[in-house]
Amino acid sequence: MSLDLVRVDDRLIHGQVVVGWGRELKPDLVVLADDEVAANEWEQKLYALGVPPAMRVEFPTIEEAARSVDTWAHDSCKTIIILSDIDSLQRLCNSAPIIRKVNLGGVHNDGDRQQHLPYLFLSEAEVGQLRLLAMRGIEITAQDLPNSEPVTLEDLL
Amino acid sequence: MSKALKGVVVSHGDVGSALVEAVHAITGDDRALVAVSNEGCSRDSLGLRVSEAAGDGDCILFVDLPGGSCLLAAARFQREHASTTVVAGVNLAMLLDFVHHRDAAPSEAAARAVKVGAGAIRLIGE
Repeated sequence: MSLDLVRVDDRLIHGQVVVGWGRELKPDLVVLADDEVAANEWEQKLYALGVPPAMRVEFPTIEEAARSVDTWAHDSCKTIIILSDIDSLQRLCNSAPIIRKVNLGGVHNDGDRQQHLPYLFLSEAEVGQLRLLAMRGIEITAQDLPNSEPVTLEDLL
Repeated sequence: MSKALKGVVVSHGDVGSALVEAVHAITGDDRALVAVSNEGCSRDSLGLRVSEAAGDGDCILFVDLPGGSCLLAAARFQREHASTTVVAGVNLAMLLDFVHHRDAAPSEAAARAVKVGAGAIRLIGE
C-alpha cells in the first residue's frame, strides 16, 4: 500500500506538507483533492510552485480523487492526499473505503469552531462527522508534523 | 513625488516581524514596512490579514518562500489590486534597500528588490 498520508489541512499545500511530511515520507505524488482548486487553473499553478521538482502534483475534484484512490493505494509510487476540510474528508472516505487512516493537520477557526489543539478547531457538526468515520473503523489522529506526538480522536474530544 | 510605497512582509511565524524590527534597528525607519504572520491562520484569515496590512495604496508584498500559504495569500491579493507587486524570497538586504527607494513605481521597486536581494547572497571564502 502506498497511500502514505490522507491529511486534512485547510492551508492545503504549504511548508508543513512539502517540507515536514515531504522529507519524512518522500512522496512521489501529492494529490490536492479539492473541488474549488480543481476548477481554478490559476490557483493550481500557485500551489504547484510550492511542490519540489521531485514530486508530481495532481488537482482532482473529490469525486475524481475517490475514483483513483484504489489505484494510488496499490501503485508502487508513494502518494499523499491533501483535503481542505472535514466535509471533503467525509465525502472521500464514503466513496473510497480503502482509506483506513486519516491525519488532521490543520483546521483553523473561521467561524463557530471550538479549539482542540493549537492547529485544530472543530465545529459540533465536524466532531459528529469524525465520530461517524471513527465508528466505521477509520483511525483518526491529529498531528501537524511527523515529529509531533499524534493525538487520537478519543483523546482529542 | 508620488506617495511612498508601503512594504508588507508576509511570512511564516515571526520571520517577518524580526526582519521589520531589524530594518528599524538599522535604518531608524519604522513606517515603510509592516509584518504579517501566517501563524494560526486559515487561507481566508491570512488573506484578511494581508488585505488589512496592505490597504488600498501602492504596495509591495514581500513573501518568505516562493510557494505555500504566504505566497498564495499575497498572489490572491495582487490579483485584485493592480497597484500591488509580489516579491518572493525576502531577505534583509532587499528590505534595507527598499526603505530608501519607496518613491519608485511598484514594478520598478520590485525589480530592484529582486536584484538587490539576489546580489546579497554570496559564497564567502572561496
